[in-house]
Amino acid sequence: MRIGGELGIRRISSRFDLKRKWHRFSRSPLSILGLVIAVGSIVLAVGAPYVAPYPKHAGLFTNLFEAFQPSSALHPFGTDEMGRDVLSRTIFGFQYSLTMAAVVLGLVVPPGVITGLIAGYYRGSWIDTAIMRIADVFIAVPPLVLALCIAAVLTPSLFNAMMAVSLMWWPWYTRLTYNTASSLRNEYFVQASEVIGASSFHIAFKEILPNCLGSILTKVTLDVGWVILLGSALSFVGLGAQPPTPDLGTMVAEGSKNLPQFWWISIFPAVAISIIILGFNLLGDGIRDMFVEEAK
Amino acid sequence: MKLSTYIAKRTFYIIFSMVGLSILVFVLARVLPGDPARMAAGERAPQWVVEQLRTQLRLDKPIYEQYFYWLSNVFHGDLGYSVVTKRSVSIDILEYLPASMELIILAATFQIAGTLILGAIAGQFSFKWPDNVIRISAYVGISIPAFVLGIILQLVFSWWLGLFPTQGVLSPGLERPPLVTGMTTLDSLIAGKFDVFLNVLWHMILPATALCMGCMMQDARILRSGMVENKDKDYILMAKAQGIPERRIMFAHLFKPSIIPAVTVMGLDAAALLANAFLVEIVYYWPGFSRFGITVMLNKDLNAIVALVLVIGIIYAVANIVVDVAVAYLDPRIRLLEKGE
Repeated sequence: MRIGGELGIRRISSRFDLKRKWHRFSRSPLSILGLVIAVGSIVLAVGAPYVAPYPKHAGLFTNLFEAFQPSSALHPFGTDEMGRDVLSRTIFGFQYSLTMAAVVLGLVVPPGVITGLIAGYYRGSWIDTAIMRIADVFIAVPPLVLALCIAAVLTPSLFNAMMAVSLMWWPWYTRLTYNTASSLRNEYFVQASEVIGASSFHIAFKEILPNCLGSILTKVTLDVGWVILLGSALSFVGLGAQPPTPDLGTMVAEGSKNLPQFWWISIFPAVAISIIILGFNLLGDGIRDMFVEEAK
Repeated sequence: MKLSTYIAKRTFYIIFSMVGLSILVFVLARVLPGDPARMAAGERAPQWVVEQLRTQLRLDKPIYEQYFYWLSNVFHGDLGYSVVTKRSVSIDILEYLPASMELIILAATFQIAGTLILGAIAGQFSFKWPDNVIRISAYVGISIPAFVLGIILQLVFSWWLGLFPTQGVLSPGLERPPLVTGMTTLDSLIAGKFDVFLNVLWHMILPATALCMGCMMQDARILRSGMVENKDKDYILMAKAQGIPERRIMFAHLFKPSIIPAVTVMGLDAAALLANAFLVEIVYYWPGFSRFGITVMLNKDLNAIVALVLVIGIIYAVANIVVDVAVAYLDPRIRLLEKGE
């Protein structure tokens, strides 16, 4: 039942609406740049075995005759201490970074949003207090520090790093959804559904949730960058993916042992991390502008 | 709400969060596979040593008993025994924390100064070239992880240009002043050795810059958008109509209300500074808590890990209280609410 829609409070999506959203998004060249970087990195990650010039160099490969070569036509990013092509490893690194972001956000967004929705729906009750206080415990320490500690008590590996990041990331979605949901709780369209006897489930998921999606989508996009950052930081410290995995953070850490002479081994993966984060940040800002102007 | 009530309430809240947090880390550390007693004793230690250590560390007791025993010790100021450094965790933290704090404090100073200057320039010249330059560099600054920036700055400014030392606290040949606070900067001032003080500062500039860049750029953007928004407000128009000089309008009327959102975010920035210090310290071999923290983490030294999380949580919470008080001071509307007007 589209009560809110009939009252003109909630917008009904249409093709026209999508077109207008795209228009708002594409107005900013920075958003387009973000989209290009994001899509480009996904394409590179998926096609890594085909795109990378030396796919074998992603793993345990040694060719000491070609070790420590600077940038050349054969190896645009140079080679590392094992003689592996840094460009190929960086492209494979995209795979690990984006997988990490996808797994973490896939694990984190549903429980975060659902708990936030429940807390917001039962605003002021003991359910609200219980959920939000538990979420506060996770937020009481900087995310990276808590992730480091959780990764530390587990065995260092890429999988465990994902678990560690997921375990401390959900409360941010709880908070975000809670803020929107609890402010919508007393809107007319919610009250109207209540009056006609809609179930709590219907109100929470069909009336309130669609109105939270804009901010959730924005946060998901921005978080792709932050999760990649956190994952690479864990790897950099040695608590994430272990060598010879071509994880960008691990490559930076391994390569930085050869500074300053063989700077390309660590600097190219380091720049690659920054570019992915930049891309998703720009994209996230574009998506936010798309929804914020709508709210005005 | 009065300030004292507010601080009391927040303190209670911090204690609540810290207890929750300690339970979380405590339970995680014991539920997960791996035998802490075996790890404490070392791979090759005989079984009876492991069993002895298990009884000594009370690891043979049920988990809630272990927790309450640990908690009662914490209230006596004892954070437990570190199996890595073989001494009390409290001593370790007191040794490593000051060095990190001086780095973080300098980074925060850079950050606040940079935010105000860059944000004010971008806001004043909004939509002109200085604003565009700052906006583009802000995107880049926000997106570069602190440890990546640390490595790049180190490569360019230390190795290639030779302008700054590559790592460490003091140049060789200089002697560390006697320990008083644990912060080398303060200690050198207390000892009256000004050359040592300058040398430490010189060593701190690159790490502090790497540490503060992301937050600084983010906050500068927030300050800028606050100024742009306030420029169109009626009270600015009125000030202009009254003939108040442009410069005075800028500082007294426009700047002050616009910095409030930027200051509010600085509470969250404290988290970024504390966390990134872990990584930047590794890049520059800074003898702060990351050296201790990473060692205990890689060795699964549970007491030390729990203690570290709690100490960082408390510092973070205190930083947030400071930010809240600063916002209340800057924003007269909040003060009026406190008085109930």
